[in-house]
Amino acid sequence: MKNILSAFDIIGPIMIGPSSSHTAGACRLGFAAHKILGEGVRQVIFHLYGSFKETLTGHGTDKALLGGILGLQPSDERIRDAFELAHERQIYYSYINMPGEEDHPNTVVFKLTGVNGSEKTIKGSSIGGGNIIITRIDDTDLRFTGKYSTLITKHWDQPGIVLKVSAILADSQVNIANMNLYRTYRNDIAYMIIETDQQIKPEYLDQIKTIADVEFAVAIEKLF
Amino acid sequence: MSRFQFTTGEQLLKLCTDRQIKISQAALLRECELVNTDAAELVVLMQNIYQVMKESVAKGIVSTEPSTGGLIGKNSSKMYQYWQSGQAISSDLLAKAVAYALAVTEENARMGRIAACPTAGACGVVPGLLVALQEQLAIADSTIIEALYNTSAIGIIIATNASISGAEGGCQAEVGSASAMAAAAIVEILGGRPQMCLNAAAIALKNILGLVCDPVAGLVEVPCSKRNAMGVANALVAAEMTMAGIESFIPFDEVVEAMNSIGKALPSTLKETARGGLAVSKTAMKYNDRIKSKPNNK
Repeated sequence: MKNILSAFDIIGPIMIGPSSSHTAGACRLGFAAHKILGEGVRQVIFHLYGSFKETLTGHGTDKALLGGILGLQPSDERIRDAFELAHERQIYYSYINMPGEEDHPNTVVFKLTGVNGSEKTIKGSSIGGGNIIITRIDDTDLRFTGKYSTLITKHWDQPGIVLKVSAILADSQVNIANMNLYRTYRNDIAYMIIETDQQIKPEYLDQIKTIADVEFAVAIEKLF
Repeated sequence: MSRFQFTTGEQLLKLCTDRQIKISQAALLRECELVNTDAAELVVLMQNIYQVMKESVAKGIVSTEPSTGGLIGKNSSKMYQYWQSGQAISSDLLAKAVAYALAVTEENARMGRIAACPTAGACGVVPGLLVALQEQLAIADSTIIEALYNTSAIGIIIATNASISGAEGGCQAEVGSASAMAAAAIVEILGGRPQMCLNAAAIALKNILGLVCDPVAGLVEVPCSKRNAMGVANALVAAEMTMAGIESFIPFDEVVEAMNSIGKALPSTLKETARGGLAVSKTAMKYNDRIKSKPNNK
């Protein structure tokens, strides 16, 4: 059965044209990727798959992806000027058309370098109507949609880590809506994606960051 | 199942009859319940969307900037000037609404801000008609906001039982859905009963069944922009026939069902892939070659 639709799934979103999946969704993917990096972007390489390759300039997918990386939302008219904006902020960018197909036709892999030198490879797809899904961070397959306020942690797969993180969330009166753990190998690097009903305040995020075995944590506000 | 839920025209009609309410009211009540929010707040959200629709019309009719693909950009201003000249023979409302629908789709194609309705590809039909109707008949904003809730109900039913995506159902799912939505809204604005709104939606949708999605170079430009303009005429004629007392022999729900099965039967070459129809016409192929040979086209 299909999802129960809202009036605003039909009327809206307010967006920069011309395509909800190739422009609005692309922008949202870039926005999500820059949030996941957790610091300002210095350099980004876009690896493009499927129809993202074909619609790159015609649907403004290039500007939308870059606009998102610059922190613009899909309704922001500055998306049109994304190249100039990136130039002003001295952010380096390039697009590479990748051979072969990914699991979804509208797929991009972001190779990001931050202003403080951190690096991340983030893969995501635009799945229609401006909806997105992030499917991989570095070497770990996972699932992030941006439909909730979300806590993402990268940590060492050790007993008790979930308890420590959730205790801090409980302490901050944040309710967990959905929670998933992703790892490639036992005792290795793992990710936790916790979708919450409230946004996590910075001071509690800082506490989570200080937990031993947590390598990285970022709290992302509901994207839409 | 909740009190105000509906996913078919029949359920919507029963809700309207039982409570003696308009489709727009049923849609608003459903939304309040669904997202657990006050009606007042939801009206403001819709007002914001209508504001963007009006802005996209206003910007579009004065701009002649070419679209990102360079295929369109000047048609809305031409049509608007033609409307201003008073030479239009159809009707003042229709000529203006056509200019407005072209304006919104051209804004969309030049990366301007628009409100998808129900999609970006079909974003011209509903705003084109509603903004023109509001101006020509001096209708209050609040009535148009209600009308937008009316259109959402039609869209929800189509999206749930068929599709509003060109990639899934062809253009019948995009401009078809948009013109059905617009037709229902006009009928409600003109004082038609809920049954008449569904009737108008059915007539508009029937006319556009089977319309394929075959965009040149995969851009949302040709034939999309003019198909939006045609959608305006389609909606208006359906609404006029309904107000004259004409009924649809096939009920709305069954038309939606037909649209769904037609959408599934359409080959993928005719569903937004630009591998069939107008997209592979001689002129389209020549355009494709030209843009591919541009040195800075990444």
